[in-house]
Amino acid sequence: MSENRPKIERKKPLSDRRRFILTMARGVGVTALGGLVWSAYVDEVTASQLLLRPPGAITEKDFLKTCIKCGLCVEACPYDTLLLAKPGDNKPLGTPYFIPRDIPCYMCPDIPCVPVCPTGALDESSVTTDDKLDINVAEMGLAVIDDESCIAFWGIQCDACYRACPLLGEAITIVYEKNERTGKHAFMKPIVHSNVCTGCGLCEQACVTEKAAIFVLPREVAMGRVGNYYIKGWDKEDEQRLENAEEIHTQTEISKESAIDSLNDSGDLY
Amino acid sequence: MATLWNNYRYLFLRRFVQIGLLLLYFGANHWGWTILMGNLSSSSLLGVVPLSDPYAALQMLAAGAVLATDLLIGAAIIGVFYLLIGGRVFCSWVCPINIITDASAYLRRVLDIDRNQKRQPATRNMRYWILVLSLIISAAMGITAFEFISPISMVHRGIVFGLGFGWAAMLIIFLFDLFVLKNGWCGHLCPLGGFYSLLGKFSLIRVKHTVENCTACMKCKTVCPERQVLHMIDKESLPVLSGECTNCARCIEVCDDNALGFSIRELANNKKTGE
Amino acid sequence: MSLSRREFLKSSAAASAAAAIGMSVPAELEAAANKAEGGWRWDKAACRFCGTGCGIMMATKNGKIVAVKGDPAAPVNRGLNCIKGYFNAKIMYGADRLTRPLLRMDANGKFDKKGKFAPVSWKVAFDIMEEKAKAAFNEKGPEGVAVFASGQHTVMEGYAAQKMMKGGFRSNAIDPNARHCMASAVVGFYQTFGIDEPSGCYDDIELTDTIVSWGSNMAEMHPILWSRVTDRKLSDPERVKVINMSTYTHRTSDLADTEIIFSPNTDTALWNYIAREIVFNNPESIDWDFVNKHMVFAAASPNIGYGMRKSNEKSIKEGKYTALEMETISKEMKTIVSEKEAPALAPYGYKAGDEMIHNQPGLKHWLIEFEEYKKSLEPYTLEYTAKISKGDPDESIESFKAKLQELADLYIEKGRKVVSFWTMGMNQHTRGTWTNTLAYNVHFLLNKQANPGEGAFSLTGQPSACGTAREVGTFTHRLPADMMVKNPKHRALVEKKWQVPAGTINGQMGQHIMRIHRDIEDGHVKFAWVNVCNPYQDSASASHWIKAAREMDNFIVTSDGYPGISAKVSDLILPSAMLYEKWGAYGNAERRTQHWRQQVLPVGDSMSDTWQWVEFSKRFTVKDLWMKDVKVGWGKKDMKAVPLDKIKAMGYNENTTMYEILFANDRAKSYKIDMNDPVQAGYDNSECSGDSRGVVGSDGEVFTGYGFFIHKYLFEEYAAFTRGHGHDLAPFDIYHKVRGLKWPVVDGKETQWRFNAKYDPYAAKATKETGNSHAFYGGFLKKRPQGDLNGIKKDMQLSYADKPGKHYLKNKAKIFARPYMDPPEMPDANYDTWLCTGRVLEHWHSGTMTMRVPELYRAVPEALCYMHPQDAKDKDLKQGGLCWVESRRGRVKARVETRGRNRPARGLVFVPWFDEKVFINKVCLDATCPLSKQTDYKKCAVKIYKA
Repeated sequence: MSENRPKIERKKPLSDRRRFILTMARGVGVTALGGLVWSAYVDEVTASQLLLRPPGAITEKDFLKTCIKCGLCVEACPYDTLLLAKPGDNKPLGTPYFIPRDIPCYMCPDIPCVPVCPTGALDESSVTTDDKLDINVAEMGLAVIDDESCIAFWGIQCDACYRACPLLGEAITIVYEKNERTGKHAFMKPIVHSNVCTGCGLCEQACVTEKAAIFVLPREVAMGRVGNYYIKGWDKEDEQRLENAEEIHTQTEISKESAIDSLNDSGDLY
Repeated sequence: MATLWNNYRYLFLRRFVQIGLLLLYFGANHWGWTILMGNLSSSSLLGVVPLSDPYAALQMLAAGAVLATDLLIGAAIIGVFYLLIGGRVFCSWVCPINIITDASAYLRRVLDIDRNQKRQPATRNMRYWILVLSLIISAAMGITAFEFISPISMVHRGIVFGLGFGWAAMLIIFLFDLFVLKNGWCGHLCPLGGFYSLLGKFSLIRVKHTVENCTACMKCKTVCPERQVLHMIDKESLPVLSGECTNCARCIEVCDDNALGFSIRELANNKKTGE
Repeated sequence: MSLSRREFLKSSAAASAAAAIGMSVPAELEAAANKAEGGWRWDKAACRFCGTGCGIMMATKNGKIVAVKGDPAAPVNRGLNCIKGYFNAKIMYGADRLTRPLLRMDANGKFDKKGKFAPVSWKVAFDIMEEKAKAAFNEKGPEGVAVFASGQHTVMEGYAAQKMMKGGFRSNAIDPNARHCMASAVVGFYQTFGIDEPSGCYDDIELTDTIVSWGSNMAEMHPILWSRVTDRKLSDPERVKVINMSTYTHRTSDLADTEIIFSPNTDTALWNYIAREIVFNNPESIDWDFVNKHMVFAAASPNIGYGMRKSNEKSIKEGKYTALEMETISKEMKTIVSEKEAPALAPYGYKAGDEMIHNQPGLKHWLIEFEEYKKSLEPYTLEYTAKISKGDPDESIESFKAKLQELADLYIEKGRKVVSFWTMGMNQHTRGTWTNTLAYNVHFLLNKQANPGEGAFSLTGQPSACGTAREVGTFTHRLPADMMVKNPKHRALVEKKWQVPAGTINGQMGQHIMRIHRDIEDGHVKFAWVNVCNPYQDSASASHWIKAAREMDNFIVTSDGYPGISAKVSDLILPSAMLYEKWGAYGNAERRTQHWRQQVLPVGDSMSDTWQWVEFSKRFTVKDLWMKDVKVGWGKKDMKAVPLDKIKAMGYNENTTMYEILFANDRAKSYKIDMNDPVQAGYDNSECSGDSRGVVGSDGEVFTGYGFFIHKYLFEEYAAFTRGHGHDLAPFDIYHKVRGLKWPVVDGKETQWRFNAKYDPYAAKATKETGNSHAFYGGFLKKRPQGDLNGIKKDMQLSYADKPGKHYLKNKAKIFARPYMDPPEMPDANYDTWLCTGRVLEHWHSGTMTMRVPELYRAVPEALCYMHPQDAKDKDLKQGGLCWVESRRGRVKARVETRGRNRPARGLVFVPWFDEKVFINKVCLDATCPLSKQTDYKKCAVKIYKA
């Protein structure tokens, strides 16, 4: 709009063009504001990484974009394990998850929740071995033990988690250790093996402490990661990690300048 | 009784379909029925036929998800279905929010709120903005943006799987429509409605106006949730061609003069858009 | 027992008692034990669950138990506990705790068998009990009144119940649930040693090189002992070997070097195989010096039946059993010798296809030559044994044979110490007594019994199966301290101590726990009282007993803390004080007696079982019970009234109550309530002094206590029986200073290894002249005739006896010839699977307490049907899906579990019995060991199909 238009014209009805532009501007404004709030909310509810997804769930990032929130997996679960996030749960709305302390995944061999997924958010191939569904390879999470509050680490003969484990002896094993304090008893300490544990949470449900001393976390949260630049010399299979080894570049505070620059900078050396 | 039926026959049918579908979904989750499992986002008909929300699929696509075959088939089935019978048929015949917003609209009429709020402060095109916005946020954040806030899913999923704070969404929409903006949610904001409006442009089933019979009582405009689509009333005999028409058929029911009725779109006669 | 010793013990500085018996209780612990500090008080007690006997400390605050800790001074557990012991603090405070007596009533408030339960006063409760017990007594005689007693009775409760039943009612129809868990061990002890209870102690674990677990999932059922076994294994992993012998894989296999899965019932063949390896292939390993000095060989008839109902019993004749049920029950009288058992029975003159008439010779046995014993072992070649006993169809016979050989070699290896532990697998067995005796055979031949670190060791399931059921003698056939109802001398002795007229105690007995159920079904028992047990959940063929209780004309009373199945089946429910709400004592599997004080007041109006018995006794006079000529022995025999002059001679008259005679006599009153007594000071005593609740008692008045220390009286009177007879218990007060003592406690010292002259003062005394290493001094079943495998031969001359006749086996034990025999019900085409029941670590028995602890309930909320994945597949069952487990007697629905803690081989399923919703005892068969009358819960035939 040009500035030198006579003022009187202002009282005229707005031109279509002007009306359109104003509407546009208002639309953009409202949309931008709405978009901001909207994005902030989405960011908030997706920030929590502590959700346990049904077996076969693809990575959380992909899961959030792929899950259509239809609840077919929830309906397929014979144990009412799976829940759909409700408003107020402060979880990505409508996405399936489970709380093992309440109802764990009972690891049905026919995994009814996975094949019904229409979008591939639950990926059948990730729970398939030799063309057969195999719940034992599911990676819903990983059980973690707080050994301060685990009473087996006190010497109590508990191991409720171990006996509850569907992959008993593989996902959870017992480490025997002499109890020097009593002189005649042994500790029987549960140890979780991350390469076998599916994160079903039967252990968490069974744990007899007030708040479970063994609990399932999503694997990305629970597990560390070693770089591929060191391979165990004593384990032939560990060499498989070399497949992912990459060219190495390093930089630290001391090496961030080029060699020449740093050589030429004598600073307060003398 | 006959008059009652005559005046409300489509309303009865719509409520029957809406509640019937809800019941089928509810039964699937609670009693293991297998007729219609899942929810409006995606369902499985008789455990075989996939049905999916094409708008949700669109958001997934925007978010960068790889679409599974089942989903594509399901979205295609639903897309084609509404393409043929009228996109916003979903809104008035399936969507559970419709029951809430209809109630608001009814109360507005009874309480005469409309007279106080003659001026509608917002444009009905807002929904298209929100539709675009949802796809932008989906793409930017890698999630299906509308599905995270959709009161439709909240309510529908809530009824089938457990409500949580979903009742708050229902209440907000009800109050919003009642006191803030007439037909506020369905007629202005809902991007799913927007999506189906776009899809519905091409549908075959249309409400048709016969001006010869019209007595200009304007009952039809009073009850219509998208009154802009009835611009031809008392002017010319035209089918309602706007995709924003929800085919709710309230106008047909309230017309005492046989001036409105359903018709199959005459493909030849589509030069004039109803806008 | 001599008064002088008692006085000696009393006067010897009680404080030094702990030191005297070689126990070090750190001073600071002792001080802390009684001191109230920070609003809570710590005091010692014993764990409620299992026969291990862990010591715990209880913290009470504001009259409620708020916490427990393992007692660091307790020698068994040194401050540790298992998952059940960890929850001792929670067991008494369940939301549905029974707090008032409840009676089935009609709309008018009158008792009605078909009515609904409604609260009544203690007075009304005892009124109706009195009425119904008197009616039963008058109609059916003393034995019309019966009691289901318990291995969880405290010593005092058990003694009070026994005294009122045997001394008051003149009825021996009292039998504990310990019958279901320990009876075969007991009869095994009697037949072998002539005296009950193990020779060894838990210290064996630390001293041995080899632990063999036979039919015992110690890892779950005796976790604290298992942690000691584990510690032993860790101490010397190369030397120490652990073998698990079982019919399915369970958690005890985890630690085991070798797991041997055998076919149900074939443990008898396995023991005989080991003995055969010793006798035939390694005769040099027999310690002949030991055997000659301490052993005799013995035999008995194999045709003893299977402890089921006999064809002439009333309910059988009345057709209360279906044709399907009769298929199995008919084997009680007659079986056809199978191909499987024929070789084992060949030395007894049977061959396959022969009819075996079970003429039920019972406990009769006689002495034989070693050569005859050897003949009985001959069939148990590795070939035959492996063939009949391999339990896993998927294991190769070679692998199984190698394991058996390894097992035998470990036992035989010179210098290797071996402990054989067992529990229910060997006891709950239609040949349970035989199997027990077979275990001792092997240890005896090798001189590996009753030595530190060596011996066959029967573990108990219940906290006081030893301390109360066995030692006090709440079994139908027993009197305190291993005395027998059948023995007139023993009866006389007890009558004298109890100060009841001579001839009061009924010499007729035999109402073992299954017999009581059957007698109720036959209409012979009209009044039954359930104490600290759950017989309507824990007995096999359960539907019969429940139906009899609910539908027949009888009156069932249950005393319990919680509404279990037995309470539900009853007509009257009495709310019982639970463990730490009363003074008590338990005796564990290593003969350790442990006492505790009343820690808190009982919940609601509940009162202890001791109180209930004593109040009950007030309702009966001499005239009611002693002055009638009655029928006993199932109506077949007369028992004369006790002559009035004898009654009067003792200072009683017709109207003297049983309360005055049995419980509130002058001896009792000498045990004073004394708040200056360090044992009593500061602790409640609801029975003796009443308590602040002001419970309205059985007379409608507020109960203010007996005015004397009844628990101490009951214990001391009972303990007097034990002293000087090889069961010596220490004085009451001493037990409140120490962490339990293993009897015999002689001169303030406990005994670790009985029968061993080095450790057992009784054995030392008995071997003073001979200089022998051991003396098996038990006196029961020690006069025996001679014969061969086929029977008694009156005129036969034994090589090790002077002349034919009855031989007195002074200080000797017996090695028995016992064959393998099939159980009465085995899988067939219709019922194609073995069913084995048992327990889980998280739950105690029928789950009435532990299923009310939220954490334990959450950990194991339901009983599962454990089966092999291939079996599940073959039967079209899904992991986690529901299946029916059906036998000839009934069926239950359970979830299929093909993974997890128990992993049966193909052909067997395991279902635990703690869960009243998975009522597996409706499916089980009530066949028992005909000698011990212990039910075989470990095997019956079922079919499994999709539910």
